[in-house]
Amino acid sequence: MAEYEIPGDLRYSEEDEWIRLDGSRVTTGITDYAQQQLGDIVYVELPKVGRVLERGEPFGVIESVKAVSDLYAPVSGEVVEVNEILTEQPETVNEDCYGEGWMIAIDIEDESALTRLLDAAGYTKHVNDRSE
Amino acid sequence: MIEANPLRYIPHTDDDVRRMLEVIGCPRTEDLFASIPEKLRLQGPVALPAGASEQDVAAELERLAAANANARSHEWFLGGGTYAHFVPSAVDALVSRAEFYSAYTPYQPEISQGTLQAIFEWQTMMCGLTALDVSNASMYDGASATAEAALMAMRITRRSKVAVSASLHPHYRQVLDTYLAGLRAEIVTIPRGEDGRSQPVGGFVDGETAAVILQQPNFLGVVEDLSGAAEAAHADGALLITSVTEALSLALLRPPGDAGADIACGEAQSFGVPMAFGGPHLGFLATRSKLVRQLPGRLVGETVDTRGKRGFVLTLSTREQHIRRERATSNICTNEGLCLLMATIYLALLGRVGLRKLAEMNLAKAQYAKAKIQETPGLELPLSAPTFNEFAVRLGAPAGEALARARRAGIIGGLDLGAHAPELGSALLICTTELNPKESIDRLIGILAGGGS
Amino acid sequence: MSGSDDEPRGATQVGIAGAGLGYEERLLFERSAPGRCGYSLPDLDVPEVDPRALLPADAIRSDIPGLPELSEVEVVRHFTRLSTWNAAVDLAPYPLGSCTMKYNPKLNEKIARLPGFSAAHPLQPDAVSQGLLELFHRLERQLAEISGMDRVTLQPAAGAQGELTGIMMIRAYHERKGEKRRKVMVPDSAHGTNPASAALNGYDVVAIPSGEDGILHPEAVEAAMTEEVAALMVTNPNTLGLFEEHITRIAEIVHSRGGLVYGDGANLNALLGVARPGDMGIDVMHFNLHKTFSTPHGGGGPGAGPVGVKEVLAPYLPIPVVRELAGGAGFELSADVPDTIGRLHGNLGNVGVLVRAFTYILSLGADGLRRCAEMAVLNANYLLARLRDTYHVPCDRPVMHECVLSDRSLRDSGVTTLDIAKRLIDYGFHPPTIYFPLIVHGALMIEPTESESPEELERLVESLLAIDREARENPELVRGAPHRTRHSRLDETRAARNPVLRWQPDPDSG
Repeated sequence: MAEYEIPGDLRYSEEDEWIRLDGSRVTTGITDYAQQQLGDIVYVELPKVGRVLERGEPFGVIESVKAVSDLYAPVSGEVVEVNEILTEQPETVNEDCYGEGWMIAIDIEDESALTRLLDAAGYTKHVNDRSE
Repeated sequence: MIEANPLRYIPHTDDDVRRMLEVIGCPRTEDLFASIPEKLRLQGPVALPAGASEQDVAAELERLAAANANARSHEWFLGGGTYAHFVPSAVDALVSRAEFYSAYTPYQPEISQGTLQAIFEWQTMMCGLTALDVSNASMYDGASATAEAALMAMRITRRSKVAVSASLHPHYRQVLDTYLAGLRAEIVTIPRGEDGRSQPVGGFVDGETAAVILQQPNFLGVVEDLSGAAEAAHADGALLITSVTEALSLALLRPPGDAGADIACGEAQSFGVPMAFGGPHLGFLATRSKLVRQLPGRLVGETVDTRGKRGFVLTLSTREQHIRRERATSNICTNEGLCLLMATIYLALLGRVGLRKLAEMNLAKAQYAKAKIQETPGLELPLSAPTFNEFAVRLGAPAGEALARARRAGIIGGLDLGAHAPELGSALLICTTELNPKESIDRLIGILAGGGS
Repeated sequence: MSGSDDEPRGATQVGIAGAGLGYEERLLFERSAPGRCGYSLPDLDVPEVDPRALLPADAIRSDIPGLPELSEVEVVRHFTRLSTWNAAVDLAPYPLGSCTMKYNPKLNEKIARLPGFSAAHPLQPDAVSQGLLELFHRLERQLAEISGMDRVTLQPAAGAQGELTGIMMIRAYHERKGEKRRKVMVPDSAHGTNPASAALNGYDVVAIPSGEDGILHPEAVEAAMTEEVAALMVTNPNTLGLFEEHITRIAEIVHSRGGLVYGDGANLNALLGVARPGDMGIDVMHFNLHKTFSTPHGGGGPGAGPVGVKEVLAPYLPIPVVRELAGGAGFELSADVPDTIGRLHGNLGNVGVLVRAFTYILSLGADGLRRCAEMAVLNANYLLARLRDTYHVPCDRPVMHECVLSDRSLRDSGVTTLDIAKRLIDYGFHPPTIYFPLIVHGALMIEPTESESPEELERLVESLLAIDREARENPELVRGAPHRTRHSRLDETRAARNPVLRWQPDPDSG
């Protein structure tokens, strides 16, 4: 059974994204569980800076050799930064999904939205429920 | 229940069946279908005759085959999207190898390198012919390739209007209409000018246009001026798509990529694929590298194995239906693999020099016919723009009659243009290829002018 | 080719692949040499022309980079060597689930090459095409009779194009009634072309879950069936090889709320002469001639995907249709279908494929078709019976023409379905379908077809049992497979991250 890294200081969505809060800015990417499920990442499509997202709205796509997955906005807000290196080096998501493999940063209006996200324990349960 | 005539394609004997049923733990063959509700199970055989020997089946099929005119039984001047060219013997000899035709789609690359390498070679040659960066591993035919090119442009630009030349093959236009019908798209038609070329594109493109589609040479055989079209399309953020029905023209004319096309598509049947009453043929689709993720169909890419040895695999598969499902670039799965192989072999045999010479020979035959027509009373060339190996002829007599006279003389003389280009009056579309000897061209012209054979 | 498995009862003893001399071969462009040509033009009997005299200079190209120059000998050697690198039905079993890789009769190849079929032109007059038009008419009747549908179009060039056609007709039907239905229901076990075809028609796809027993249940369909739903797409037998036992009730539910049922005919081989989709409430279905009806897979086509409909959808059939003339005067092609959805193919479809399928159906006849289904189902059940004690069976029910196993029994060894598939190559078999259907984790979908004799099946069984043993005793052997092929595992990640999609000359060379 594979081991999945689930850092305790982050929050998580049910769509396997992690969320880090820095003031009113939120950074997000996909979790270790997600990148293991996908396999070798070959392509990441991210939105343009300035795009306004609704919580739950698909904002991009991530592709591996054998699978493709939408990326969903975990919170509502405006995209203020996009990790450009993922265009040339999508494998960064496999190598360091919580660090260099971050995807977008969102300026959020409503901080209380974060309470709707899972904490590490909640996400761990979510992962275990799905892995037989 | 063994039949009197044991089935040559199904090996099982009664003993085999008995033994296998025992292992399964099933009393009779019929019980294998127990999961089908009884009222759905047929009580008797379907209403078709019993099976037959090769001898009897062959006799019946030969009878049916003999009842069709074809390019071996008649002299042939009919083009219009499907072309009679000579196919070197090596093509059929090679594609008759069962290792090619009884193989499946190359999803297991280690045991499909023959298929995969051939597709990589095809992709390379189509890039060379179109002067674009990437070609896919075929579409069903030129018509569906053109429709898919339009859909691709609509996805890329996120617009839903397409401007289409009136001189696009009428069947291609019908297929385009059908494919776009469910997607709330608008199609604008670019009229034909007096000389046979499409009118300047600029007047028919705006900020809602996803693509301009021109056929090259067009349905009336006329060589279009593509460079102005590319500029006009791009000025409004639209893509230029060129559709080709006579692929041999790619050996002579300025390639679509150089002329500013973003997508080149069409029909490669001229490259060694039998006419076969319309199919299977060979659609192609090529584009610039930045658009590759929106390209439908299979793609073969180069890679290495664990020991560093070069090999080929299907790649960028996440565009396709088996992964992306409802968000796929297309629903295409099976394409035209064996036809692609025919074309790859054909292009390899003719090569860089031979293909060009063949194209020039086709041009020479057409030029001879056109010159002769111009000297013949009762016949004229209604369109002044240059052509490749097909062109329109205006007749003094009704086109249908002229074709019937030709047929009685053993000639299929061309295509009646009455439905598609009534403004030309009584006219035919005539195609001349390397298969048409000079005497045959002379004979056809004589008949069209009103003489006997 | 390295071999590292000469242990007793290993691949060479149990399987059907031996050792042999293999040939290397580069790309055409790497063989090319200026001045060579594999084609001789006939003499030019008309005056030569200079293209520049007839066309503007900027309309002419100067050269064709990317095409090689080779003699006929080199081209023939090149492709002959390439052919030796392929697995093929004529070499060994190819038990791909839902692909029906049955034997391709050689008679069909000979017939398709008769000039009256291969050298005919789609635009030639009907009057001189009567043999072909009669063949189409009879093939339509054959397919209708086999499937219990009323009318057939032979035009779609593949199963997926058939699906597109069928869903378009369903859309036309609803539009004609003035109804705006925006959804199509698709089981979670469906082939990817199903939702893709629905989406190409502008429909939203609603996924219907299969039951624990692997089949669809009326309650699940009932819950999703509303007046917004245009159709249900169903495959029967489904992709787990199971007959959808509740199909009649399910079709009633869909019909009762004004929807139609689309049947994906990929698995028709299990039903030939035994049961008919038309009797199950299917309103429209496609056939895969390159599966059920023995036409060759060609390394990725050409196939053909004719569509059968009940009379209710006949008004929307694509044009042209084949019409029988009164008084036995023959046949014609007609575009007189006022409510047609239009045209899907530039011509009449993949005629060369249609000719082969027609020949096959004549060869087999009613009795032979039924025998196909019986032996296909017998073979699949036999494999299941011999393998069920060793491999995990996700749905333990009698199957039809294919069975699904998974790699779950080998979880602790670290050996996956992919590894099993690659190791089976060393034993001389093309692997079964892997990782489909998506609802079974690590699926291995095996369809032997009726072409396989008990002896071939036995070798396949023995090979899979041997691989199970290897996975437990020597997992690295399996995980590193294939060992006996020209290539070891190919790097698909590299191909996708840095796509190289054509050959280009080395810029440093002369």
